[in-house]
Amino acid sequence: MSRDPLGRAPLALLVPAAAAVLILLVPLGAMVLATDPGSLVDALGTEALQEALWLSLLTSTVAMLVCLALGLPLAWLLARVDFRGRRLVRALVTVPMVLPPVVAGIALRSAFGRSGLLGEPLLDATGFAFPYTTWGVVLAHVFVSLPFVTIAIEGGLRTAGTAYDDAAATLGATRWTTFRRVTVPLALPGIAAGMVLGWARSLGEFGATITFNGNYPGTTQTMPTLIYVARQSDADAALALSLVMLAVSITVLVALRDRWLVPA
Amino acid sequence: MTGLDAHLHVEGRLDATLVAEPGDVVAVVGPNGAGKSTLVHALSGLVACTGHARLAGMDLLGRTPQDRNVGVVFQDQRLFPHLSAVDNVAFGLRSRGADKHQARAAGLDWLDRLGIAELAARKPGQLSGGQAQRVAIARALVTSPDLLLLDEPFAGLDVGVAATLRIELGRHLADFAGITVLVTHDALDALTLATQVVVLDAGQVAQVGPPTEVAARPLTEHVARLVGLNVIREGDRIRAFSPSVVTVSVHAPDDSARNRWQGVVRGAAPHGDAIRLQVSGERDLIADVTPAASRELALAPGREVWLSVKETAVTTYDAV
Repeated sequence: MSRDPLGRAPLALLVPAAAAVLILLVPLGAMVLATDPGSLVDALGTEALQEALWLSLLTSTVAMLVCLALGLPLAWLLARVDFRGRRLVRALVTVPMVLPPVVAGIALRSAFGRSGLLGEPLLDATGFAFPYTTWGVVLAHVFVSLPFVTIAIEGGLRTAGTAYDDAAATLGATRWTTFRRVTVPLALPGIAAGMVLGWARSLGEFGATITFNGNYPGTTQTMPTLIYVARQSDADAALALSLVMLAVSITVLVALRDRWLVPA
Repeated sequence: MTGLDAHLHVEGRLDATLVAEPGDVVAVVGPNGAGKSTLVHALSGLVACTGHARLAGMDLLGRTPQDRNVGVVFQDQRLFPHLSAVDNVAFGLRSRGADKHQARAAGLDWLDRLGIAELAARKPGQLSGGQAQRVAIARALVTSPDLLLLDEPFAGLDVGVAATLRIELGRHLADFAGITVLVTHDALDALTLATQVVVLDAGQVAQVGPPTEVAARPLTEHVARLVGLNVIREGDRIRAFSPSVVTVSVHAPDDSARNRWQGVVRGAAPHGDAIRLQVSGERDLIADVTPAASRELALAPGREVWLSVKETAVTTYDAV
């Protein structure tokens, strides 16, 4: 470590920072140590894990794309258009962030359940209902992740500022052209961060998913629900599954970090 | 009516009339906070304002910035950092529907006119201040605007770079068929580039006229400072005199009492062959002395001095 010209970092900051690192890493390390390598190999071979892992990655990725398609326009509106009730809308869309996920699941049932406010007419019109389907999983993921994505992207848009939008307008660009050619490229780091955040939130989603969709292998059983079920019968298998989940999460975050999160 | 005829009102910031003919270069000068940038933003449509404005026969205020055909060179340039120089210049043409290749060709042509064609592929972050300002000027001119707004185009540039760019800009403005509004802090810009000078003070037009007239008979303290004159307002009359005719002494002179002021030296800096003193007391005045006199009288900041001027060296004119 090279000498910092401003002097050594104060202990009052170093100690809590070190405690933060420990609090985050010790449980993960303990989990790795507690896992029996044999059960890990066994777990990797099971069809239940492969299905759940694939479903988790698929639904999280689809949910992330839906969050981008809906959250980016909403974030733009909140960051760039001064409309009546803007603060109210921003406050309301962040509510799911503080809601216990099981409550989110119950709310989704009230809206999209087979006899729900929107679910019943949807079922009557198309014969399709969200609960207990993979689309239901995606819907639950979107519901809990969209606030994070929206807020992160809005932050990115605000950081990028309106100066370049103004310049584009004086050059004759419509707001749509400006959005595509100026606003989005300049806010890309914030947008990417929002997508990663949304993806990670979806990957870990458990409460809303299981409340809204139950736990059916192959259609609605994601990694967190599989781990929850395994935990009740076989603690070793649950540990092994958790380790797989940890490895996948780290791999994806590291890959994204190199590509997106750290500007060159 | 093919020119510009505007009266712009922005609550608490600006209440100004601006009239110009095609080919005119209007220099807007005034102290910080006088409303210069507000004027630029109101004309471009980025700041909402009331009043009226017609440009080349069309009503400006009812239109969005996109529909005004006004080119802007911003004080901070605002080149799109993710686009190359040529794509920055081509942006306005593409926004107005030109195809990609035509727009780039026109962009390249304008970069060539400004002498930086070889920098076409560079991103703004890889350009020097002067190069970036050329790109910004090319970007504003490529769409042939009816009105070109330049907001302190030489601010933040090295003196030498600014001098070169000033000469080049003068050449392009001479070829430019539209109206130019040039916001500046520099008397030189107003004197060398402008056909008309508008002096803003506290959001109002304090003086308007040809540059030579404004420079010779400034009505505001600010312009007097810009052009290096002392002005003293006496009722409806203004008395002006050059700092070079001021006599500086450390004892009370025996001249007639009228043109005699006591004060303290606040600053001293080289100005041409002389040392220019900022003196404040009952009046804030500037005076030029020779370096030898400056040494002899020990004219450092804090020194109490007497300034006097012969009545024959004072020009007197009406304030309005």
